[in-house]
Amino acid sequence: MELSFYLVQLLNAVQYGFLLFLVASGLTLRFGIMGIINLAHGSFYMVGAYLAYWLTDLTGSFWLAILLGLPIALGVGYLVERFAISFLYQRDHLYQVLLTFALILVFNELQQILWGTDVHGVVIPEILAGSIPLTDNQSYPVYRLFISAACIAIACGMYWVIQKTRLGMMIRAGASNREMVQALGIDVNRLFAFVFSLGVALAAFAGMLAAPVDSVYPGMGENVLIISFVVVVIGGTGSIKGTFVGAMLIGLVSTFGKVLLPEMASIMVYALMAIILLWRPHGLFGRAV
Amino acid sequence: MSALIRSMPLLAALLALVLFPQFGSEYYVGLVSRILIVALFALSLDLLIGYTGLVSFGHAAFYGIGGYALAIAFQDASVIPLWQALPLSLAAAAFAALVIGWISIRTSGVYFIMLTLAMAQMFFYFFFESPRYGGDDGIFLFLKPVLMVGSEDILKLDQENNFYYFALSCLVASYLLLLMILRAPFGKVIKAIKANEHRVRALGYSTSGYKLVSFVIAGTLAGLAGFLEGVHSGYINPSYMSWHESGICIAIVVLGGMGTLYGPIVGAFIIILLQNFLPELTEHWQLLFGGIIIAVVLFLPRGATSLYPHLRELIRRPQRGEREPQEAADD
Amino acid sequence: MIDSVLRTVRLNKSFGGLIATNNVTLEFERGQVHAIIGPNGAGKTTLINLLSGDLLPDDGEILFNGRNITNLPPNKISQLGIGRSYQKTNIFAEFSCYENCWVAAQSRLNTSMRFFRSAHQLKAVVERTERALELCGLSSRRDSKASAMSYGEQRQLEIGMMLATEPELLLLDEPLAGMGSEESLQVIELLRRLAADHTLILIEHDMDAVFSIAQRLTVMVNGRILETGSIERIRSSQAVQEAYLGVGEDAV
Repeated sequence: MELSFYLVQLLNAVQYGFLLFLVASGLTLRFGIMGIINLAHGSFYMVGAYLAYWLTDLTGSFWLAILLGLPIALGVGYLVERFAISFLYQRDHLYQVLLTFALILVFNELQQILWGTDVHGVVIPEILAGSIPLTDNQSYPVYRLFISAACIAIACGMYWVIQKTRLGMMIRAGASNREMVQALGIDVNRLFAFVFSLGVALAAFAGMLAAPVDSVYPGMGENVLIISFVVVVIGGTGSIKGTFVGAMLIGLVSTFGKVLLPEMASIMVYALMAIILLWRPHGLFGRAV
Repeated sequence: MSALIRSMPLLAALLALVLFPQFGSEYYVGLVSRILIVALFALSLDLLIGYTGLVSFGHAAFYGIGGYALAIAFQDASVIPLWQALPLSLAAAAFAALVIGWISIRTSGVYFIMLTLAMAQMFFYFFFESPRYGGDDGIFLFLKPVLMVGSEDILKLDQENNFYYFALSCLVASYLLLLMILRAPFGKVIKAIKANEHRVRALGYSTSGYKLVSFVIAGTLAGLAGFLEGVHSGYINPSYMSWHESGICIAIVVLGGMGTLYGPIVGAFIIILLQNFLPELTEHWQLLFGGIIIAVVLFLPRGATSLYPHLRELIRRPQRGEREPQEAADD
Repeated sequence: MIDSVLRTVRLNKSFGGLIATNNVTLEFERGQVHAIIGPNGAGKTTLINLLSGDLLPDDGEILFNGRNITNLPPNKISQLGIGRSYQKTNIFAEFSCYENCWVAAQSRLNTSMRFFRSAHQLKAVVERTERALELCGLSSRRDSKASAMSYGEQRQLEIGMMLATEPELLLLDEPLAGMGSEESLQVIELLRRLAADHTLILIEHDMDAVFSIAQRLTVMVNGRILETGSIERIRSSQAVQEAYLGVGEDAV
């Protein structure tokens, strides 16, 4: 009983870590390649979750909702990049923080206009609704395993793109030395647009995946955003590997923290970050700037 | 003499603030009191982002700690002596700023932004999840501090006008303190750090010491603002130190004009008045509010007060007939 | 045995796979102008950055007046009396000319973390500022905003800021870079005056300038020292001619 309990927690931690990885990798790539700090990133997580709820309601199918929702989220992301973020590439971080902070206010209000302030749920698709029994009274929901599997598939896909393709080469070059990419004559605008869209797609997809297990509620993007920041800082900005390690660390600490030391759980995540930064001021896999 | 003329608008504004309670209703005196508090909070942040070049995204932590120190120490007291409560709040905020600053200033750029944010979140969750300090609901404070000499009360903050003048004095005193600091050798160095920290180090300064002192001064003044807010509203809860507060505070500084001492005060008036009156216009006022901030970032990055010279120019120009070449060149 | 101000012992620095400083052992004699020359990418600026503490060496030692300063941060090194100017103009653009030098001069107060103005203590700073302005020839431009000055003047200010810290040893990274001939002559004149009572380490591409003010030369190629010695010795060195001055055997 004891052991299976911990096994369930471990699976939860890994699943949470994977979701964080999806959100945080968009943040870290964007920072590494575009030099942009984007607070509105969490809003795309929220947008994804609400789209999943709304479109599932409309079409009756969670899968169709994902299929229709991703292009919508991408469209919103494109508009945001064109009409707000793209003016900030040359500007100070301060203005990036402020503008994307204002975007959060706008997104939150739009969400309330469109969907109201109620908390919603999304039904788990029938095919994944079951549970796998672990012991007599412990079982594990299939859908959570599906989340992890989907994230692993995406992580592998990302790894392949980044390590094996020409586009990935540009991304790697950009993350390690932004000036170099510009000097090499790569079409920076297109690269930026791609990286931004990739980030939006990952965050929205994470929100869609999470919708059936967490409920869909106003402001849900903000917690994810701040924890994703912690992940990025721990891992080192611009490093996908670091983000992965950071996401898993945070997944473990926060899941087991909630079980073992419930009243300290939220603080432990931040304390962990402070300790890691005292030890390595540029994160685990970050480069000194 | 010319310095006197240049500070005329400021003195006029101060005079207006001093006279305001004689004309304003109690509601508006209370509203302006709140603006003065927020102005002090923003002024303290301006020392960091406008003068030292440290973009702190967790400044609300010190605001909240100033309030919590008061509430925790005196929630069951039968009397709150001002001379005990105020130094306690300031010391608590200063100590927190010393610890957070010591950790944060070792990093820079985006790490500094995220780290200050995360440290503030840590404090937020500490109070949010602590039943001892009221958790989500926070702490109510039923008494206001009094200043006593012997057994004589000479200043009671439970009257709106008294509080107003006390808050105004705190703001003016902080303004003058920062003015003095910025003109002193220390101020020159932190401005140079904002411009080019690397060069300042090459000139022989240990810049981290300067940044830390600046961070602690700013944190302490934010604690003062939090103390005033706690006294004024009579309660303190975790939302005082939420990251929304930190974000709004940055918006106030930038909207008003960072790198000037009057900018954050102007910004506080604009933002609090907007927050007060926009909801009467529409239920979805945050949409407008966000839109205004976005417009400022895109079109008015140096803030509302950067318009003032243009305004003066506009008023003066018709009388002078034509512009001097020097000024034309400045545009 | 020469009286050396600064000495490096087997200094190494590499960036990733690129070796920028390769086993550099050098002595800089007190009171002399010592120029470091070499083609682009030879590691001259990296060497200066190591000496000023802007970079930390991978291994090796740097001794200043006999004291080991190898791993000291740039601010400590500056306080010990080593000043440097940068190749890229590195001034406080929003400050006036005077304020730029003032900040530099103020760094020598025993503690400049002062929150109150104290005329008495600051008198020394004012004097130092004025001296530096006078020396670098910018007294008449004292109230100009640094960003509004001409490029040549900004380069002069760059040197003025260094002088305001009253260093004993000056590290000058291409002080003539991008200057017109008129301005160059002024700066060369300034360097000659400074050479009277300072030790100078100079990186410069303008060979006429180098030969006119330097007493000693070091030629660097690919992070290594190719030759070091008096001007005559360098001029007549076969190795230098082959590798650097471009007059190889085939040309003879």
